[in-house]
Amino acid sequence: MTTTTLRTDVPGARRGPGWRDGLRPVTLAVLAMGGEGGGVLADWIVAVGEEAGWTAQTTSVAGVAQRTGATVYYVEMLPPPAGGVPVGGRREPVLSLFPTPGEVDIVIASELMECGRAVQRGFATPDRTTLITSTNRVYSVDEKIGLGDGRVDADELFAAAQRAARVLVAADFARMADDAGSVISASLYGALAGSGALPFTREQFEAPIRAFPKAAEKSLRAFAAAYTEAAGQVSADGAGTAGTGPAGTGTATATAGTASSATGPGGAEAGEEPVTAAPARPAAPGGPVPVTIGRRRPETEEDRKRAAERERTRIAASDPASLVGPALTAQAGRTALLPAAARSTVLHGVVRTAVYQGPEYADRYLDRVARVAAADPDRDGDAALTREAGRHIALWMCYQDTIQVALQKTRRHRMARVREEAKAGEGHLAQVREFLHPQVEELTDMMPARLGAWLLRSRVFGRLVHLLTHRGLVLNTTSVTGFTALAVLARMRPLRPRSLRFVREQEAIDAWLDLALAKAADGPRLAREIIECQRVLKGYGATYAHGDDSFGLLMAAARELPAHDGSARRLEALRAAALADEDGATLREELANRPVAG
Amino acid sequence: MAERSFAAEIGKLRQGAGTTFSGEGILAVTKALLQSGVAYVGGYQGAPISHLMDVLGDAHEVLSELDVYFENSASEATAAAMLAASVHQPLRGAVTFKSTVGTNVASDALANLASGGVTGGALIIVGEDYGEGSSIMQERSHAFAMKSQMWLLDPRPNLEAIVDAVEAGFELSEVSNTPVMLQLRLRSCHLHGTFTAKDNVRPPTTVKDAIENPRRDIDRVVLPPASFLHEREKHEHRWPQAVRFIKERGLNEVFGNGLADVGIIVQGGLYNTLNRSLEMLGASDPYGRTTVPLYVMNVTYPVVDEEILDFCADKKAVLLLEEGQPDYLEQNLHAVLRRAGSTTALHGKDLLPAVGEYTSTAVTKGVARFLRTHLPEAVTEEPSLLLAESDPASPFAPRVAAPAMRPRPPGLCTGCPERPIFSALKLAERETGPHHISADIGCHLFAVNEPFNLGATTMGYGLGSAGASALNSKDADRRTVAFMGDGGFWHNGLTSGVGNAVFNENDQLLVVVDNAYSAATGGQDVLSSQADNPIRSTRHPIERAVRGIGVRWSRTVTDTYKVSALRDLFVRALTTKEPGPKVIVAQSECQLNRQRRVKKQRAADLGAGRRVVRERFGVDPETCTGDHACIRISGCPSLTITDNPDPLRTDPVATVLDSCVGCGVCGANAHAAVLCPSFYRTDVVQNPTRRDRFLAAVRTRWIALASRGLETRAARYEVTA
Repeated sequence: MTTTTLRTDVPGARRGPGWRDGLRPVTLAVLAMGGEGGGVLADWIVAVGEEAGWTAQTTSVAGVAQRTGATVYYVEMLPPPAGGVPVGGRREPVLSLFPTPGEVDIVIASELMECGRAVQRGFATPDRTTLITSTNRVYSVDEKIGLGDGRVDADELFAAAQRAARVLVAADFARMADDAGSVISASLYGALAGSGALPFTREQFEAPIRAFPKAAEKSLRAFAAAYTEAAGQVSADGAGTAGTGPAGTGTATATAGTASSATGPGGAEAGEEPVTAAPARPAAPGGPVPVTIGRRRPETEEDRKRAAERERTRIAASDPASLVGPALTAQAGRTALLPAAARSTVLHGVVRTAVYQGPEYADRYLDRVARVAAADPDRDGDAALTREAGRHIALWMCYQDTIQVALQKTRRHRMARVREEAKAGEGHLAQVREFLHPQVEELTDMMPARLGAWLLRSRVFGRLVHLLTHRGLVLNTTSVTGFTALAVLARMRPLRPRSLRFVREQEAIDAWLDLALAKAADGPRLAREIIECQRVLKGYGATYAHGDDSFGLLMAAARELPAHDGSARRLEALRAAALADEDGATLREELANRPVAG
Repeated sequence: MAERSFAAEIGKLRQGAGTTFSGEGILAVTKALLQSGVAYVGGYQGAPISHLMDVLGDAHEVLSELDVYFENSASEATAAAMLAASVHQPLRGAVTFKSTVGTNVASDALANLASGGVTGGALIIVGEDYGEGSSIMQERSHAFAMKSQMWLLDPRPNLEAIVDAVEAGFELSEVSNTPVMLQLRLRSCHLHGTFTAKDNVRPPTTVKDAIENPRRDIDRVVLPPASFLHEREKHEHRWPQAVRFIKERGLNEVFGNGLADVGIIVQGGLYNTLNRSLEMLGASDPYGRTTVPLYVMNVTYPVVDEEILDFCADKKAVLLLEEGQPDYLEQNLHAVLRRAGSTTALHGKDLLPAVGEYTSTAVTKGVARFLRTHLPEAVTEEPSLLLAESDPASPFAPRVAAPAMRPRPPGLCTGCPERPIFSALKLAERETGPHHISADIGCHLFAVNEPFNLGATTMGYGLGSAGASALNSKDADRRTVAFMGDGGFWHNGLTSGVGNAVFNENDQLLVVVDNAYSAATGGQDVLSSQADNPIRSTRHPIERAVRGIGVRWSRTVTDTYKVSALRDLFVRALTTKEPGPKVIVAQSECQLNRQRRVKKQRAADLGAGRRVVRERFGVDPETCTGDHACIRISGCPSLTITDNPDPLRTDPVATVLDSCVGCGVCGANAHAAVLCPSFYRTDVVQNPTRRDRFLAAVRTRWIALASRGLETRAARYEVTA
């Protein structure tokens, strides 16, 4: 056994300050996904600390765990002791390898759900943590694979961040990095510097980035944007509350409810600092928990959309013709007879159906919506039935056939969008290649009903199509031949009304609306659910066929359900079952377990 | 070549005496080996010790200066067998691998080595992959030390302590003629810290010297009667020698003895966690000045009975912190105390979790319970993690709605060439029906998760084929499918799987995923790698190997991204009448490694003004109906969902992120699965040639012309933005 070098021979106790007195390292956890540069971020932070004379340590769990999975990087940093290592102490401080729940000073999350994970694991707590999170979402596989919308509520995740932070710095740091042509680790690092949670100057923070000149310029641009954002958020919220101003920017430091641990500006003087390394003092256990600074969530895309929709609804009431093209003024006028709450939606439908087929088709659309509106019990209110009908009828009437897809692929705004998305700069050429796979049905659907029906039965035709397309077709839309082919297809619109599919779809639409309206008088909510069943008609090929099967089952069930609103919930559940998997197994099981008839 | 370049680290390996070495734990070990006069090093890569192998692989110059032999072993068994060089010769040798999986593989050689004993120091550095982030079964390396009688070092997670353990480990091995295992936990391997370096030492006897002066001693060979002698020697000679050395050198440490009549015994690797817990309870500080006596076992096997009894002599109760199960140490200490008639109460797993990683939370809770019972005055603080979850001040107080939290397990990277293999198999199964799928170890194991849900069992590295061997019947109407990576194939799969299947006339389909690297462990080269490796022999095709061993039906696919072709091949392999194993070698380069190469090349080309084509995929949001079928057969991180820009639609549409590398799986899947016409590929041509520009001008002109009618018509109905 090694002799007891630490022995003080004073039974009972160590003397001197400890954990609760602030003799503790700064603790920092980075929650990111493998491949996002969380390790680089942790290394930069360690470099800043070591350069300032602190003892710094970082750990992570690496390996296969890092392949795109949730990963935690952990850093501890301790400034040099004021009067040297205390008597009987180790020359090198003992730092921990694990973030301890309730004891993490700074949490950095690269994405909102990882931020939620930090909250769930107790790393971010309202008494202590400066929580820096990017507000963007990187969806988990779970959220992506649903047939409908499997995304979790981002508002809840943001609210959790608010509940669990002493100081919250939240912004879309992913976008900032993107705008700077850099990666998120750089912007998060800038946010850390700007948050003032660590007592180092901006120059000190920037030094490790500058050490690698190759990527420095872009990284520093991302760093700067995030620094400014974070510093702004902290100083806006921090006046008189718990935020500490960014070191080196001259912002006054004010620490709520604690007197002893103002962090000095700049780490260069770290040696002269008191031993209180932690950026803020926690409340004593059992004492009052300091109030979390509740930063309002920055305006989201969702908020902007809602505001725009409100404005549009207003215009739809006063000047509907301004929301459609010049050839649809008459149709726009017809919407005045519809419930006010539904007009904005219906005007979208008018434009959609007209572009799809023509003004007469838009009229047919309006006739259908008007039928539903007449049965809407809430015409003067929310008019949910009419609004949903306006949405779903338009979507169904504009089913995705080959002509429609060709039109979508050849529109000018599409090419502009593709170029922008690909970040094709000036002098760069962009080519677009479509991955098409026309099926026999899709071709015969387009043809005049009788010809289509005949060809669909023809084995020779089927084999020919299979031969030409079963490996798929890659079409260069930006070439003369490719574009011409699609542009010609898009112009085959006049053939559509005589096509096999058109006839079939119109019949199905009317049958669907008849059913909804038959139930509307006694069960308006059930009627609405029937309307919303159109949602399962999506996809192409096999996916569409499965959806079509499910739709048939749902309609059969709806027909059997008693016409009152109590049935609405049942149909809603059945629709959810139809969207639970690709092949309709859940729906069939659900129907087998609880038959609707009787 | 490995995923990372270690050029900077190699400089550190040359650091001389008195300089401060700053870096990762595993690099510190590498430096310590050179400081200890090691003569040869081998090992098999795997987290968390991959970097040790990678650094040495890049450091051949440093090694040749010192005449140190380094080998990338074919397996952990190979690595362990290497240590045979130290049986008769005074050569210091070290091998490294992931544990316990690697130790499992190595245990045959290790048992033989430990039986005969060693002359030169033999060090086995095991990266203990236990707890959070572990990718393997949760077991302890401790059992191997006990069963073969090898000493087990578990140093404090501190670079200086780890470096000291390497040096002491060699000496301990030599004085007791016993191999020594140095256990490094996952986080210690990736621990950043500093230590004071010493000069590197050229081995006094080099490998060359040993070859030229062969030695043998029949008593060291594991064959009766020597093997009976070995067992006796272990007990009567080697054990007492080891104990004497451990005591004399003070490898175990005692802190704060005499300060109280209770104490804590801790595995060295848990010391930092324990000190943090004591700090939070008010019983220590960052400089380790504890008020509770501690006995730190930097050597966890053998237990030094006298030290335990000495430590417990003045204590009424002690707590043992021992991570993992079974509780070998606790049982051992109970025996030691009872035999000596000690009245000291021993606590351990009664106050601490029986299983799982000893995190800060677990240790703090256990230590608090212990101290509050036996030394309440030592506890002056109450960290918030001790509060009940119902207390609003608890860090575990519910602050986020549980349903909002979804798991995010690791998965295949963007552009991974293995993704289309599983897409193709999923599509093939639509035609052939489901199969039993035996998985292996490697990135391809991620296919067991969403969205593929392929793979029923995994029996170990390279054992994918063997794992399907029992499910072989002439009467069955379908065959089983086995997976194996190129890493596992060369590790043992060629013989344990392919050879076995040939010999036993197994009807299985074996898919060998050949991505040109041992990719999951960090992109190391293997026999079939395509890279031109200056110090290793590569480019040995897998198909040639399987044909050489007797496989008749074998196909190599050189582009896994062609999903339709691969699907058709799967269907053929699953339906062919050809007897015996069917082997498909699915070959495409690991994207993680490819990008490292390609990015650099592209930057250089752009800089030089050469024509560069950048590819990425996209989804037309108007054409996408939001059914996400594409995602369900892909799971690519770059293929995700976004708000539907269509005001009439609500379900999110698929979208492709900027991280897309243009691998082509989206398009190939759209074709193979007949998905939808929404996918397109954008080729951005930078530094276009004159021909490019001319062609583009003609096309742009024509497109403007051909679209005019469509746009004019639309303008009558749409509001111009």
